[in-house]
Amino acid sequence: MSINADTVKHVANLARLNIPEAEVGSYVDQLSQILGLMDQLNSLPTDDIEPMSHAVDILMPAREDEVVNGDNREALLACAPDSEQSHFRVPKIIE
Amino acid sequence: MFSDPANLTLANMSELLKKREISSEDLTQAFLERIEGLNPDINAYITIDRAGAITAAKEADKRLDAKQGEPLTGIPIGVKDLFCTKGILTTCASKILNNFIPPYESTVTSRLKGAGAVILGKTNMDEFAMGSSNETSHFGVVKNPWDKSRIPGGSSGGSAAAVSAGMGSATIGTDTGGSIRQPAALTGITGLKPTYGRVSRFGMIAFASSLDQAGPMTKTAEDAAILLQAMAGHDPKDATSIDAPVPDYMANLGDGLQGRKIGIPEEYFASGLSPDVARVIEDAKKQLTELGAELVPVSLPTTKHAIPTYYILAPAEASSNLARYDGIRFGYRCENPEDIRDLFFRTRAEGFGNEVKRRIMLGTYVLSSGYYDAYYLKAQKVRRLIADDFKAAFSKVDLLLAPTTPDTAFKLGEKTNDPVQMYLSDIFTINVNLAGLPAISIPCGFDKDNLPIGMQLIGRPLDESGILSAAHAYQQATQWHTRSPIL
Amino acid sequence: MPIDPNYETVIGLEVHTQLRTKSKIFCGCPNKFGAEANSQICPVCAGFPGVLPVMNREMVNMAIKTGLAINGQIKKLSVFSRKNYFYPDSPTGYQISQYDLPIVEHGELFIDLPDEPKKRIGVTRIHMEVDAGKSIHEGIVGASWVDLNRVGTPLLEIVSEPDMRSSEDAGAYLKKLRAIVRFLDVCDGNMEEGSFRCDANVSVRHYGAEKFGTRTELKNLNSIRNVMRAIDFEVDRQIDLIESGDKVVQETRLWDANKNISRSMRSKEDAHDYRYFPEPDLPPLTLEQSHIDDIKAKLPELPDAMAKRFQDEMGLSEYDAGVLTAEKEMSTYFEEANQIVSNAGKKNAKATANWVTVELLGRLNKDGLSIEDSPVSAVNLGKLVALIQTGEISGKIAKKVFAHMFDDGGDPEKIVAEKGLKQVTDSGSITAEVEKVLASHPDQVEQYRGGKTQILGFLVGKVMQATRGKANPAMVNKVLKEKLG
Ligand SMILES: [Mg+2]
Ligand SMILES: [Zn+2]
Repeated sequence: MSINADTVKHVANLARLNIPEAEVGSYVDQLSQILGLMDQLNSLPTDDIEPMSHAVDILMPAREDEVVNGDNREALLACAPDSEQSHFRVPKIIE
Repeated sequence: MFSDPANLTLANMSELLKKREISSEDLTQAFLERIEGLNPDINAYITIDRAGAITAAKEADKRLDAKQGEPLTGIPIGVKDLFCTKGILTTCASKILNNFIPPYESTVTSRLKGAGAVILGKTNMDEFAMGSSNETSHFGVVKNPWDKSRIPGGSSGGSAAAVSAGMGSATIGTDTGGSIRQPAALTGITGLKPTYGRVSRFGMIAFASSLDQAGPMTKTAEDAAILLQAMAGHDPKDATSIDAPVPDYMANLGDGLQGRKIGIPEEYFASGLSPDVARVIEDAKKQLTELGAELVPVSLPTTKHAIPTYYILAPAEASSNLARYDGIRFGYRCENPEDIRDLFFRTRAEGFGNEVKRRIMLGTYVLSSGYYDAYYLKAQKVRRLIADDFKAAFSKVDLLLAPTTPDTAFKLGEKTNDPVQMYLSDIFTINVNLAGLPAISIPCGFDKDNLPIGMQLIGRPLDESGILSAAHAYQQATQWHTRSPIL
Repeated sequence: MPIDPNYETVIGLEVHTQLRTKSKIFCGCPNKFGAEANSQICPVCAGFPGVLPVMNREMVNMAIKTGLAINGQIKKLSVFSRKNYFYPDSPTGYQISQYDLPIVEHGELFIDLPDEPKKRIGVTRIHMEVDAGKSIHEGIVGASWVDLNRVGTPLLEIVSEPDMRSSEDAGAYLKKLRAIVRFLDVCDGNMEEGSFRCDANVSVRHYGAEKFGTRTELKNLNSIRNVMRAIDFEVDRQIDLIESGDKVVQETRLWDANKNISRSMRSKEDAHDYRYFPEPDLPPLTLEQSHIDDIKAKLPELPDAMAKRFQDEMGLSEYDAGVLTAEKEMSTYFEEANQIVSNAGKKNAKATANWVTVELLGRLNKDGLSIEDSPVSAVNLGKLVALIQTGEISGKIAKKVFAHMFDDGGDPEKIVAEKGLKQVTDSGSITAEVEKVLASHPDQVEQYRGGKTQILGFLVGKVMQATRGKANPAMVNKVLKEKLG
């Protein structure tokens, strides 16, 4: 599968990354190279293989339905680049 | 009082502290001075927490005076800068977190502090743990203390260099594709990657969630056992942490190698191994046999597929894990964003370095519509085959022996423009992450340029005791781990 | 009402129900509506670096309950996935949801339509997922604000088959589904506050066509009425497009309830590509059959079963049983009132049902109140019906007492006693009143005896008037007839 400039732009858009036009070419080259490595996997038959998402087989643990957190507002908002009246502040979102 | 705390192992220090022959405050002070002297050159630390360390050392001395000390009480260590530390800058070596002071603590650091350890500071690393040379850090490259024109390995390069250069009794690293073992090998120290799920990931900034695992980086296997004891165990805050009892690693350390079967996977010795590494590993095999181990040839046929598999799965998870860095709730935000779209695009483009962006792009691509089955799903299936290979091998042997890296440390800048070559340097470590197994890298010799070489001992799931005792037996019989670089 | 008889409407609904757990889905923050901005967040739900989700046990139990209630298959293995998209109120940059392996599949529910037999609507799936936060735009100069309190509220997304054929079907489906989740007490069903939200997928096709037409997705539907209106508007719009030779474009449309129109959501510059993949921070969810069985054994009685019981055991009409089980509060009210009537030794559920559905609901509707806000408690309404049943008061007096109860509250027994409204059943005093009336109306007595027997009603009225309505009308009749011979 080959990567071209449009693919790079499409992927950058999905990933919310500003990629200057001048850098698109090098992304095309590097991603193509890396994906070239991947193509060797096609030689392996895997039709009946169960995909593996986790490194160990454990069952989902669950927590009790209890409220254990208090009001963290101050501590968390203190990390924000911009906040106002207990809110995270962002540029106007136009719906 | 300590002109050279660097000569002591963590276990030595623990003994001296317990006997009150030294104080934690003096020890901490000595390490801080050494760090302050060496760091401008080696750049192993991003943040040095002098005040916090001295306060913690004084606390530790009180407990030691009252005979309430534990093995780690008063021991000064460094922690990779991706563990969230409450009130202390935590950057993940990224511009995007260059001002992030977490209001919460990772389980690993909280357990270490609880066991009395003194945190000297936060060690340098590849940005978001993405790299094999510690050249992707926003805070500059880390130099290999053995040869400062060379890389220390990555991504826990700062942690490795710190131990190697005596800038801390030990450090904590993380290993997603070899990031503890590879730099440990290249800097001549011991690095343990535990079984996935053995150590909690809570508060550890994620690279690839199904692969990341924290572990100790030390001078000896014994030191690693002491640290792992404090780090390991179930954490209700991490749904992937294993709920199994933690053995007494120190008590099992003397189990030895008599009668144990060590598998030698042929694929790891096939090609691409430098002559020096091959020679040194041959010597190690002899040594292990002399210690009573039986060497058994085994095969892990999927070995060669590990790199492509890893470089699909890890970036895929990373592309999603790194979506939260959007300039809204914490961290870097671009100047004067025009609108919300500009905020996202520019913050991320300016905040992430090139390697991180490359992996986000790669990960986004392999998950995107039309490519998921061909790449991501395929890689998940091959991951199963890789894990099954190990299972089959472990039905015949107790441990596996392999080189940690195909070669010794390369020159700074040598591979920065060639991601594929860079990725290939992880060829011997990433299979272990894909299978979730524990593995340790220990020093086993030097090349012609006096650069350290490491070897890996890989164990069954949760058999950290097995690999630690094997490594310990080897270190009792050899001196490689006692060598230090001249600084 | 089909707008154009040549076209068939096809509707599928996606309903998001907020679950009434105490804490959030993956962290220990409170799950409560209406708190001060960002006062109910923690590093986990606010998507801070390094933190991890841990699943709420009760959410899973609620999902199982809901699945069982719609006769769905509860999956022993289900998986959480990440749905990746950037939005300021989605702090992790992905929504944890279930994708290819949801917890419930293949359910169904039966909708009640006037003058039609019950109709089956398939439920494709139910999955668990996390709610997003809120962005606030209005009244803020040059910026928007983000409040993350709602992030992490557990949601069940309930997806129907495209089995509905009219806005009436859709309305009835939502009513039934809302009744079920409220009977189960897993969701408060409040559409205005957004705890029960609906998106509608609508398409039209020519009758007999096998393929579905191109569908549009309608959003911002905050009441059942709006769902129905939006569907009707959309069906019209689509038919107009087709009739004029245009094509329906697959898109999302927002309903504007003020203008009664929908408008296309400006198509975002990129098509969505959610890049779902299994959530690496959460192992697969496995369920034991015994656990499912335990929950099944403890399921409360659900609307359909209850309506059947009301008909079979209480002799109510299908219509009354339907009205009384449409809302949990309604059925609880009715059963409580009816218990009082039974306790008084007079089993007459029909009378109770009648008082609830006609008098009470009539008055509540008039005043724009819901059953929860009824000034007349179930116990007091039951007492009132019991007073009629035991003959203490007449039906006519009861209406007066009811009006009193509704306006000023109170116990009907006390009202009857205080106001002296108790029915007179003493034959001596009734005879006395009858004799007085006969004496003062000789002409009418004459007419009656002359064969004009319908004059009896007039005479009864006079006696009732004289007793201010308290005389037992049956006795008055009897005594009058005797005296008139
Ligand atoms: Mg949804
Ligand atoms: Zn929370």
